[in-house]
Amino acid sequence: MSVAERLIAPKAPPAPQPQAWTGQKLVGHSLMGLWVAASVGLFLFLVGSFDIEKIRTYGPDYLSGLWITLQLVIMAVAIGALVSLPVAIGRMSANKPISWLAYAYVYAFRGTPLIAQLFLIYYGLGSFRDTLDALHLWTFFRDPWNCALFTFTLNTAAYQAEILRGAIQSVPRGQHEGAAALGISRWITFRKIVLPQAMMVALRPYGNEIILMVKGSAIVAIITVFDLMGETRRAYSRTFDFQTYIWAAIFYLIIVEALRNVWAVLENRLTRHLKR
Amino acid sequence: MPGFLTTWFDPFCGPVGLFSLFLSDSLLACGDAGWGDEIAGGVLVTVSLALATLPLGLVAGFFIALAKQSNEKSLRLAANVYTTIFRGLPELLTLFLVYYGAQIGIQQAMRAMGADLVIEINAFIAGMVALGLVFSAYSSEVIVSAFHAIPRGQYEAGNALGMRRGTTMRKIILPQLVRIALPGLGNLWMILLKETALVSVIGLSDILRQTGVAARVTKEAFMFFGLACLLYLVLAILSSIVISAIEQWASKAEMKR
Repeated sequence: MSVAERLIAPKAPPAPQPQAWTGQKLVGHSLMGLWVAASVGLFLFLVGSFDIEKIRTYGPDYLSGLWITLQLVIMAVAIGALVSLPVAIGRMSANKPISWLAYAYVYAFRGTPLIAQLFLIYYGLGSFRDTLDALHLWTFFRDPWNCALFTFTLNTAAYQAEILRGAIQSVPRGQHEGAAALGISRWITFRKIVLPQAMMVALRPYGNEIILMVKGSAIVAIITVFDLMGETRRAYSRTFDFQTYIWAAIFYLIIVEALRNVWAVLENRLTRHLKR
Repeated sequence: MPGFLTTWFDPFCGPVGLFSLFLSDSLLACGDAGWGDEIAGGVLVTVSLALATLPLGLVAGFFIALAKQSNEKSLRLAANVYTTIFRGLPELLTLFLVYYGAQIGIQQAMRAMGADLVIEINAFIAGMVALGLVFSAYSSEVIVSAFHAIPRGQYEAGNALGMRRGTTMRKIILPQLVRIALPGLGNLWMILLKETALVSVIGLSDILRQTGVAARVTKEAFMFFGLACLLYLVLAILSSIVISAIEQWASKAEMKR
């Protein structure tokens, strides 16, 4: 023990000061209070308007609507992925007319609202009924579900083509050159070297695109497809009970949050070799 | 706006307008003969709705971005709940929630006060609020990532010069923030422009609604909805020209290397 420590007795640390109420804390707590109040209010509203009859009548409708929404999104995204391949290849092609054509397709579908495209296909193709009849396509385009699937596929193909192109072009030239120097064939280079790296870049935008599709699919309710939104609108028009919309909101939020979390896990897994 | 200015420079139905010059004996003629003036009005509604939503969403998005990077945990949480909700809900559903929800809410509040009235919410205001909610949720993310791109040293330099926090924000951080966030915000503007088409569902007479009415009356659905798509495409092209001009202007201040 040194002299200094004997002369000056050690002191206890100062008592923790009470946290001051800063402006930020005040605003933060009151906003959180607002959210809590809103969710409690919503819960009470749902409890207060609980009606077993309504749930028995409309519950199965909601589930079938949910299934239709999921079907529409999954099929559109899957078929759109196939359609996007030639578009992306065309976009990267050195052939001017082909790349210009692919660019025009992408620009047209990305520059106009999905709902306008849907109307153009569903209502607009009726103007060509005789031609479509002759081609035996009228039975396909008469059905709103088919029209929705067709429009969504073309729309998501345009977006996915851009995602794919951006991802492939983000792989540095040196990767191609390195593979060429090792005498690896072009197809194997693409499949084993370029594609895995491109997929890592593309993963997040793909996830965003699927989420956009889920949210965008709500508009098919307007052309009388009974997806989740369509069932909601039908239930609301029969009951005039606002809780129908609240339930739809809960369903959509669950789908989107689930997708986001799955995507976070996927991304973590695919990029685990990049972590330090 | 003075009336003669809008009639004179109307790009569709003015004296040198597109419809009145080239399409005066078609379905798109202006006046009672065709649908030109109705659709021109629809374009005006679409553009003004998007322009009215933009400042609302930007200012709200800026404050939400500030909240997201505050030191206070509750403030961050509150802001994150906001973005989770409004980025997760379909825009159409948000629109219905605002439109019908506000209508029912106000009606019930009035009934509680003893006034039994049927309330109609203005579709333009409802659209503005709903689109503003969604836009602010997305723009806050863009602004947060722009904030992250600004080095700490910039704040410290402001401190060292004896500036107040507000002055530092206004004179040092904001000019850089605008430049960094511009491409992202430009994308959001394009999305906003397309989302305005949804308000046609609650009865606002925008491009899509006016062309839809024309399509139903004339039975020329493909022509009119094609025209609607074309008009949105033209608006998108015009805005990308304006956005790149703004980016050019903002990059003037960038350091030359």
